[in-house]
Amino acid sequence: MSGRFKTISLRIAQAIPVLFGVVVVSFILTRALPGDPAVYFAGASATEESIAQVREVLGLDKSLPQQFIIYVGDLLRGDLGQSISTGQAVTDDLARRLPASLELTLMALFISCSIAVPLGVMAATKPGSLRDHMCRVIVTAGVSLPTFFTGILLIYVFYYLLGIAPSPLGRLDFIYIEPDTITGFYLIDAAITGDWETWFGALKQLVLPATTLALFTMAPIARMTRAAMLSALSSDFVRTARAAGLSSSKILYGYALHNAMLPVITTLGMVFSFTLGANVLVEKVFAWPGIGSYAIEALVASDYAAVQGFVLAMAILFVLLNLCIDIAYSLIDPRIGFEER
Amino acid sequence: MSMASTNKSDSLIAHIFYVLRGNPITALAFILLASFITCALFGPLIVPYDPLASNTSNALMPPSVDHWFGTDNLGRDVFSRVIVATRLDLLISVSAVALSFVIGSILGSVAGYWGGWLDAILNRLLDTIMAFPLFVLAMGIVAALGNTIENIVYATALINIPFYARLVRAEVNIRRDAGFALAAKLSGNSDLRVLAVHIFPNALPPMMVQISLNLGWAILNAAGLSFIGLGVRPPTPEWGIMVAEGANFVISGEWWLALFPGLWLMLAVFTFNLLGDGLRDIVDPRKRT
Repeated sequence: MSGRFKTISLRIAQAIPVLFGVVVVSFILTRALPGDPAVYFAGASATEESIAQVREVLGLDKSLPQQFIIYVGDLLRGDLGQSISTGQAVTDDLARRLPASLELTLMALFISCSIAVPLGVMAATKPGSLRDHMCRVIVTAGVSLPTFFTGILLIYVFYYLLGIAPSPLGRLDFIYIEPDTITGFYLIDAAITGDWETWFGALKQLVLPATTLALFTMAPIARMTRAAMLSALSSDFVRTARAAGLSSSKILYGYALHNAMLPVITTLGMVFSFTLGANVLVEKVFAWPGIGSYAIEALVASDYAAVQGFVLAMAILFVLLNLCIDIAYSLIDPRIGFEER
Repeated sequence: MSMASTNKSDSLIAHIFYVLRGNPITALAFILLASFITCALFGPLIVPYDPLASNTSNALMPPSVDHWFGTDNLGRDVFSRVIVATRLDLLISVSAVALSFVIGSILGSVAGYWGGWLDAILNRLLDTIMAFPLFVLAMGIVAALGNTIENIVYATALINIPFYARLVRAEVNIRRDAGFALAAKLSGNSDLRVLAVHIFPNALPPMMVQISLNLGWAILNAAGLSFIGLGVRPPTPEWGIMVAEGANFVISGEWWLALFPGLWLMLAVFTFNLLGDGLRDIVDPRKRT
């Protein structure tokens, strides 16, 4: 048990310099953004003096290292500054919009897994067959599709041509009333309050953007499932199970898939990260009020507290997620170690 | 492999043909690649119309014999614009990947060969880059450095460096104390020479696969950036911008503005992805699945 504890604390220790690096990078990045925030805050009728005054209030007249120390201090108090474009605290803005992005991402991963895992298993049972090649072409085509293009294509087919999808504008059509905020996830909130009409409305809005993202994320999951299944199927325990006369479906789903899931779960962590990145484009296409579209609006307005908050939130979310996955992994499979190799 | 001969280059060609015959999809990818390169080299010479010439009397025409991909809202020929854009999109991705290949190779070789604190620092740096969702980081960099094509290249290069550096580091590290490396050292070669001439070339085959896959990502990345208005600016023909501009007309039914550049973009990325898979089969038969 102490060995396992050591492994975990070593892994946590490795995450600390990365988190520090993330803070430094996001600080530098946003200080380099064009445009002077003092001019924005001072307003349209600002004079030289009032701009200088605002600059002093914002602490922008200090040297960069001093600004950085102030910045880290604010961060530790959970203060990410104030957004210029919305006039709200960035932390509040992000907290309000994060559930929209997470709901979209998780739904996409759910759709993606429910297609990609069976595809990967199917391909692994007959490597080199026509099925295998088809599977490879399909997932490669999926990852080659630019998400913004898939989104537009789906809107054209399902909204314009067939008319079965709702208009691609946000999380809920205006005919429905927003569910009371409990978790911020519309599907969960609507289900808790028992408002099934709204639940269905929210689901309809969610299907197209989630499918767009799912197509893009299928490839790594299907490939990893296939590779992990191949190695599981060629292992000794499967041979033993076959020799013992177990049915092929019991071997496939009971033993091989069970063992192949671990690497697939690790891949999911990586996939989650680039889905968060791809979110930015999909949210723009579907006018989804998540943190991705917030970041684009902030970039356009040179709103540097908001951009910084977004980049930082994304990176920290990702570092912590990977940390959790690694720790969970080492709890499940004690053979895993994180020693420097 | 009846064609196998004792000549080394002959047997390599024979091996490539053998792999291609077993995998017709890779052969298709090579053909597609050749046609994209042709478009990039000779695109402006072979297109029927000037990609920038507008003709408002002929705006928003659906695909026809004269305009294969239709015309856009300013009456520009979509086909000509799509073909001409090939050069810019390929140029961005090739230069970005070349840059990350060179920088990643140097960093990875140094860290893998000498190890120690250099290695530790590099690893933490790469972890930091990888901690950001890559598209988000690229977005931030282009926004911070300014809206130019060069900055798209730098941003795309930076986010891809960790993949190369990690790969080279691993390949160099396992061969650092290999017999052939020690022998080269004993016969009087300097560390640098052993590293560059004897060890590094071993990392090239897996790098080829990485390069091919990365070219696809780089195109997607550049197109995504210009889609949200960062980097390439209109009226320059570029696939991402064309899709973004066309998106406004999809709702009113003019689908050809966004569809064709999008399909072309997808085909380019698809080619590089298939090529990467195929190259893996050719350079590393052990990983063949």
